[in-house]
Amino acid sequence: MAEVRFRVNGAETVVDTDPNTPLLWILREQLKLTGTKFGCGIAACGACTVHLDGTPIRSCSTPAFVAEGTDVTTIEGVSAEDGTQHKVQAAWIEHQVPQCGYCQSGQIMSAVALLRDNPNPTDADIDAAMRGNICRCGAYGRIRAAIKTAASA
Amino acid sequence: MGKWTRRGFIAAGLLGGGVLAVGVGIREGHRAPKLAAMMTDETETLVNVWVKLDQDNTITAIVPHSEMGQGVFTSMAQMLADEMDADWEKVEFEQAPAHEAYANYPLGREFIMGGAKVPGFVQDSLNGGFLKIAQSMGLQITGGSTAVRFTGMGGMRIAGAAAREMIVKAAAKTWNVSASELRTADSYIYADALGLSAPYSDFALEAAKHSPPTQPKLKSVADYTLMGKSLPRFDIPAKTNGTAEFGIDVDLPGMKYAAVMGPPVLGAETQSIDDTSARGMPGVIKIIDKGTFVAVVADGYWQAENAIRQLNVTWSQTGAETLNQSDIFAKMRTAIEEADGKGKEDVAVGNVTRAENVAARVYEAEYTVPFLAHAAMEPLNATAWVREGQIDLWSGLQNPLAVRNEIAETFDVKAKNVTVHNVLLGGGFGRRAMPDYPLMAVQIAQEFDHPIKMIWSREEDTRQDWYRPASVSRFKAALDEQGMPLSWDNLFTEKHDPPEASHIPYKIDNQLIHYANAEHHIRFGPWRSVDHTQHGFFIESFVDELADQAGMDGYAYRRKLLEHSPRYTTVLDAAAKAANWGRDVPEGRGLGIALVDSFGTVVAQVVEVDVTGPEPKVVHVWCAADPGYAMNPDGFVAQIESGIIYGLTAALYGDITIDNGAVVQSNFHDYPMLRIDQAPEISVEIINSGAQIGGGGEPGTPPIAPALANAVFAATGVRVRSQPIANVLEGLS
Repeated sequence: MAEVRFRVNGAETVVDTDPNTPLLWILREQLKLTGTKFGCGIAACGACTVHLDGTPIRSCSTPAFVAEGTDVTTIEGVSAEDGTQHKVQAAWIEHQVPQCGYCQSGQIMSAVALLRDNPNPTDADIDAAMRGNICRCGAYGRIRAAIKTAASA
Repeated sequence: MGKWTRRGFIAAGLLGGGVLAVGVGIREGHRAPKLAAMMTDETETLVNVWVKLDQDNTITAIVPHSEMGQGVFTSMAQMLADEMDADWEKVEFEQAPAHEAYANYPLGREFIMGGAKVPGFVQDSLNGGFLKIAQSMGLQITGGSTAVRFTGMGGMRIAGAAAREMIVKAAAKTWNVSASELRTADSYIYADALGLSAPYSDFALEAAKHSPPTQPKLKSVADYTLMGKSLPRFDIPAKTNGTAEFGIDVDLPGMKYAAVMGPPVLGAETQSIDDTSARGMPGVIKIIDKGTFVAVVADGYWQAENAIRQLNVTWSQTGAETLNQSDIFAKMRTAIEEADGKGKEDVAVGNVTRAENVAARVYEAEYTVPFLAHAAMEPLNATAWVREGQIDLWSGLQNPLAVRNEIAETFDVKAKNVTVHNVLLGGGFGRRAMPDYPLMAVQIAQEFDHPIKMIWSREEDTRQDWYRPASVSRFKAALDEQGMPLSWDNLFTEKHDPPEASHIPYKIDNQLIHYANAEHHIRFGPWRSVDHTQHGFFIESFVDELADQAGMDGYAYRRKLLEHSPRYTTVLDAAAKAANWGRDVPEGRGLGIALVDSFGTVVAQVVEVDVTGPEPKVVHVWCAADPGYAMNPDGFVAQIESGIIYGLTAALYGDITIDNGAVVQSNFHDYPMLRIDQAPEISVEIINSGAQIGGGGEPGTPPIAPALANAVFAATGVRVRSQPIANVLEGLS
């Protein structure tokens, strides 16, 4: 066991953990941030996507020690501090994207990172940024449309 | 309370705080064994649908279905609110808990009884429709695309209309006017001549004193104000900010975590467990041998999962250890050969043999499909807490009431001491209709006095599924000089549900559709659209072969065989027109068409495929769908889009194979899913034909595999007779 220190959605956080524990389980079980989802455990589905210093990573396969000293952003930290929705979230509602909704935290985290780095993504850019996120309800067409709406917002 | 022998009723009463409640109850016409088991007392009645009117004029629809992405809370509330002339801004929903009060409890225990006469709306119950309501709602099953077409049409609308009529009656009495002088809108009632208006809630007390109507008048389509509109779904905002609570998110005080491991060969049991490595691992609390599975309970899930991978378990031999996928297909072919001429009959009209004897020629083909796992995004999980005489379970379930009763029976407690807390489902697709995983969570939790959250790894989720069956289907068609079919002979393996899945929409005078069963150890589970997944592929591919034999294109050939049904030709034409069928496509591309009628909805799809890349790429899917009437058009379109992607994933990549009796695949690296860069553009056209309302969740799935296979044939000349299609083409290159 060891102390791992990082910031989660802006808040200084210290957890006492086996430093090899994947960040996913620290977020979900210790910090009760359950918006980040477990899907596969092998970084193959994207449901667990969070930002580490702004970069989207698969938290199911990222040991806690990697997060030491970083800024971690989860789905719970995407809205503005006053609660205003991120433009990606608003576009997700406008296009009625989620069905079961389980993969959507990860989808939104990938889309937020994409638009921050690339405000006007092409279809190929969207494919490249989003192909790591599986949606079994098949909302891909709506995800693409919502990203384009958010890009023009 | 006297014995209820009637088939249904409407009841109303007051809850605490002046809340008016109106319920619609349906009793099954006869006691199906499955239903009888759910009911412990002759006086019990299946009470299915409720509406509550609060004193602040809020209307709450109580929805007896599970939300797994199909927008059921919204569409159900929409149907109720429209009939009630409710203010949509003040309509809420509650999911009915798996509890007698919402499923099969004598009404009178909690509600003041109203109408004693048999209400008119159940007069037609012998047509079977209402029996289906009773079955689906009494068991609270979400599946079979039943929500809108049975619960909504038979329950929600009637409850809303009845509540409105009672309020009108109460207002008429209070204001001393005739009901015909009153009008209702946005949860208010108006007596225009008197200049009076008041919220519905003002009349809740008075309304409860009156008998509910026995035959509330339902709106005609022209009067709909909410039905037919694409109202935004209630459940979506919470699914964009991490606050939506799925089964896996349940958090309880003192909760510990369990990882589980089932036998590699389904049906095997533990013989011995070497836990030397696992025992001392960090956080491990207990290693549990349940015979049919092993569990490790730890402080955290990751610790439990790590430890369970260190166990060395010896499993019993079931006899299936030498069985490979090819053996299972061989068993199926043997079953078919042994059954030929004496298989179980599904459809038998005319005389197939005579037709074959007079035919210009007989054309034959054999098709297969593999096993498929469901692979919902949320791995299976359930949280259980067993306390003195009380069991609580939190889980996303497609059939919460049946799970509650199974728990009561399995663990020998009274059903009233079992509480099932149903939460959002991270995908269902039929998998969450099976009760194995909630029962396992209770089995583990029995050993502790604190709650246990059991989570399956993706590997367990893939390998311990109830699978879409692999099956073999053989066709023989007698053709006339023009290549038109005189007969249709289809012999296949694996018949489950719905019974009509193997039937054909085409007019062919001589038909013999029959089946045989092959015994194997891979357990059957309902998989989105159930038997329609395989039969859609089989039938619609073989018809395409016949079209080719006749030298006609697939659209024209089908159209000729569907002349008897304007509903089918309208849908087929719409899809063909949308795709601009008949146009020239570039080299390496092809168009394919298919039509399937499933769960009351007729769907035709045209696929444009591009085979010039390393794997086939579906460029565009044009879909026309006739559900009779789409209650929430955007929600319906979303379901069709979803069904297409689900079916396309399976058609291209889906392949669960058996090696030495065990499932080979384990996770998304070897059981791949369609991703955004592989997803086609999808265009959906809704046809509101006015036919009896059909389902939305499943009918999008069956036509996509054959439409793609037929498109591949158009592009390559290669006929696809097995899946996954990506493998078929890879084998050629």
